[in-house]
Amino acid sequence: MKINPKTVTFTINGENKTFITEPDEKLLTLLRREGYKGAKFGCGQGNCGSCTVLMDGHAIYSCLLYAMQAEGREIRTIESVGTHDKPSEFQQELIDGGAVQCGYCIPGMIMSATALMENETEFDDETVREYMDGNLCRCTGYEKIWAALRRVLDRQEAKSTK
Amino acid sequence: MSPARTANFKQVSHSVTKVDAKQLALGKDSYVGDFAPPNALIVKMLGSPHPHARIISMDVSRAEKMPGVKLVLWHGNVPRIPHTSAGQGYPEPSPYDTFIFDTKVRHVGDRVAAVAAETEEQAMAALAKIRVKYEILRPVFTIDEAMAEGAPVIHDEPDAYVPIPIPYEPENNLVAKVGCQTGDFEKGMKEADFTFDDIYETPYAQHCPIEPYTSLAEVDSAGRLVITTSTQVPFHCRRIVAQALGIPVQKIRVIKPRIGGGFGSKQEVLLEDIVALVALRTGRPAFWQLTREENFRYGRTRHPIRFRLRMGVKKDGTITAIGMDCWNNTGAYGGHGLTVVSCCGSKVLPLYRCENIHFDAKVLYTNLPCGGAYRGFGATQAFFAFESTIDKMAEAIGMDPCEFRRMNHIRVGEGSPIFAALGEGKEGVPMTIGSCALTECIDQGAEAIGWAQRTDWREKTGRYRRGIGVACLMQGSSIPHIDMGGATIKINEDGSFNLLVGATDLGTGSDTILAQIAAEELCTATDKMIVYSSDTDMTPYDVGAYASSTTYLSGEAARKAAADAKSQILKTAAEMLDLAIEDLHCADGHILNADGSKKVSYGDVACYALYLKNQYQIIGTGSHFTVKSPPPFAAHFTEVEVDTWTGLVKVLNYVSTIDCGTPINPALCEGQTEGGTLNGISYALTEEYLFNQNGKMLNASFADYHIFSMRDKPPLKTILVPSYEDTGPFGAKSVSEICINGPAPAIANAIYNATGARLYEFPFTPERVLNAIRSVKA
Repeated sequence: MKINPKTVTFTINGENKTFITEPDEKLLTLLRREGYKGAKFGCGQGNCGSCTVLMDGHAIYSCLLYAMQAEGREIRTIESVGTHDKPSEFQQELIDGGAVQCGYCIPGMIMSATALMENETEFDDETVREYMDGNLCRCTGYEKIWAALRRVLDRQEAKSTK
Repeated sequence: MSPARTANFKQVSHSVTKVDAKQLALGKDSYVGDFAPPNALIVKMLGSPHPHARIISMDVSRAEKMPGVKLVLWHGNVPRIPHTSAGQGYPEPSPYDTFIFDTKVRHVGDRVAAVAAETEEQAMAALAKIRVKYEILRPVFTIDEAMAEGAPVIHDEPDAYVPIPIPYEPENNLVAKVGCQTGDFEKGMKEADFTFDDIYETPYAQHCPIEPYTSLAEVDSAGRLVITTSTQVPFHCRRIVAQALGIPVQKIRVIKPRIGGGFGSKQEVLLEDIVALVALRTGRPAFWQLTREENFRYGRTRHPIRFRLRMGVKKDGTITAIGMDCWNNTGAYGGHGLTVVSCCGSKVLPLYRCENIHFDAKVLYTNLPCGGAYRGFGATQAFFAFESTIDKMAEAIGMDPCEFRRMNHIRVGEGSPIFAALGEGKEGVPMTIGSCALTECIDQGAEAIGWAQRTDWREKTGRYRRGIGVACLMQGSSIPHIDMGGATIKINEDGSFNLLVGATDLGTGSDTILAQIAAEELCTATDKMIVYSSDTDMTPYDVGAYASSTTYLSGEAARKAAADAKSQILKTAAEMLDLAIEDLHCADGHILNADGSKKVSYGDVACYALYLKNQYQIIGTGSHFTVKSPPPFAAHFTEVEVDTWTGLVKVLNYVSTIDCGTPINPALCEGQTEGGTLNGISYALTEEYLFNQNGKMLNASFADYHIFSMRDKPPLKTILVPSYEDTGPFGAKSVSEICINGPAPAIANAIYNATGARLYEFPFTPERVLNAIRSVKA
């Protein structure tokens, strides 16, 4: 039960935090205002996926969700994935594979892929498309993003079948 | 083609890692929106609800008193200086028909008034309080209506003009006209065994970068205006903002951070004048980012163009005549109208040998959204018409479509009268082709798609029918005698270099490409380059990212700057080693004598020059303009499946071959080609602005204006077919635009090969395809 209608408390990248908010503030706006700017504004209508973050392990459009709907939940953003010294496996594949052009869609792509890898054990093409279909990219034709993701997933599958 | 010349390349012709890939994959602050300070005022624009209306009166007083509102801008309190928002060379080949605010609105979504407030909600609330009294005027929505006798005049303001000597008749809604005749077109038509005369239409469509137009302006401590903006043209932006506001260039600094895609849309100054005014008048940072809906309504589009294409061919395959008439709907403002339609001719007609050419084009105002620069720039529209008729000609004379193209395409050493006749707002430049691997492109593409198995449409039966289509393409590489790029390079103590370029990486990877070129020239590694682009205070001038110019033009500037720095390094190394410059060479970041017994590292040279003796800064600078615009060439192939019951077209396979000279970075060249190709497929199959009877776009969201997603993507195969362009840096030509021109004609030709239905208008929606199938005579 919320005590103060002007605040919201949730776990963000492993830290429990309380933020001042307004009832009509979107989660994306709050995150960007609080410095989690890896999630991008692309359409504000839940179509392009550049604002994708994880809520309780599921990929969501943070531009559609009200910040207060995150109360008590676990939110993860791109800021929790990889560092300059140690990018995640998928990030490294994207970098090595020439899959990052303008890069605006990439954090959202990575969050959707994270949900895929954490929630599924088998990565047939149809399952991958289902998870990744909500992230639009206009630069790459998806070809190299797809190939980079496939390399990571194929390795994971090989590991789990050993 | 030239393996011997490219075999020794150590930096170029290698897929080195894109210099900004990691920061972007990590989601670090990179784009304009990531730099808006918390105290920035939020700007919102009141868009016109009417397609064509005069503003009789306006009352902003209630809006000004709303909570949080710091400024309301409207035509009553801004300078009225005619300019164009098109970011082109100066003086621009576009009419000065734009004002910060005008007393007339010319399309739904046109500027009426802007509010700057503490929050977005406050700004929106204030917009609702602005009272505007309009006199509704009869709108003009089609090129036929625009040309009709007694048509409403869209630009009746007396102060609009065009800054170069070209025809401009706003009283006839005519933005520009251009044409040329070579040989004798009528005679060529008479000599033909088969003639063709068809009308083709192309739709309104948009670039749809995932980052919408975004701008931020601040007044710095010294009182100067700093504009951080998602632009492809920072230097043009600075000049145009100075012009529109009537302030000196000296007062303005434009910074381009990372850009979230542009594809031509951001070759336009649409937001910067407003945020600049807000910052100057309030002293507060001002931030404006369009919503997706505004981006569709107010942002730039691809010009819809109608073509009448007349062509003649002899039975032996000789093309005897080409006649192309174009009517370009440029919407409410005339930016890029003339140049786009010029490129319908100049980037298309030279592809096949023909002496008798007629080209005539008109550009017309309407009360619809504004056309602008969009990847492919007129060639995209024209190649749909051109390559469709080429296919019809091949069939008429019973020649294989690939063979017909192979036989007729322009070759090395050949020119075209079109090159000299058609420029951008003036005559063109004579040119002979220095590199062309189009035959190899056709051969390799045909092999990859399985062309040998292709059968005639008359042999196909059943509900689902498959067909294979081909389209050949060319483009250019920069605008000769107009475009210029500059680069500066300086050395640091550890042998690293700062490469400062005005060229504008908008996600294409040009920072990486330019670093590779500079590193190759300097005999060092690409990762020794710290690239900075682009900032009007910090980097040399560059026209910006358009006209397929960056690799070819700015690349040569970077190479020259590196060569300049290298000669200084050699001079200092000679002093250090007490040897003659002629006895020294460079390799792997060192200067060495012939047998390598004496050498110094670049770091040593830098330290010597900075600290030890005869101190100076080793700094090289180069700028480059071109006298040629060497075309890249491409052959695209696709296999489609048509559901003859519903008209649904599915692309099963797509092969893009490309001759871009030396691919400076093969992975990035593939990425350009894959991205442009999928954009083109999406454009050919689904993308189209739909309007209501009031000229208001009905599908202004990604839910209703569908761009292809990962699920929609067919298998894309890219084949780089290198040639060597002597005038380009290490043999390179352009790569970025050409790939988007292929899908519409290739898919149209494949639909024909599947069903016998010829499409003259796209997108190839089920309705259009079904209608075309029904009209096929069995």
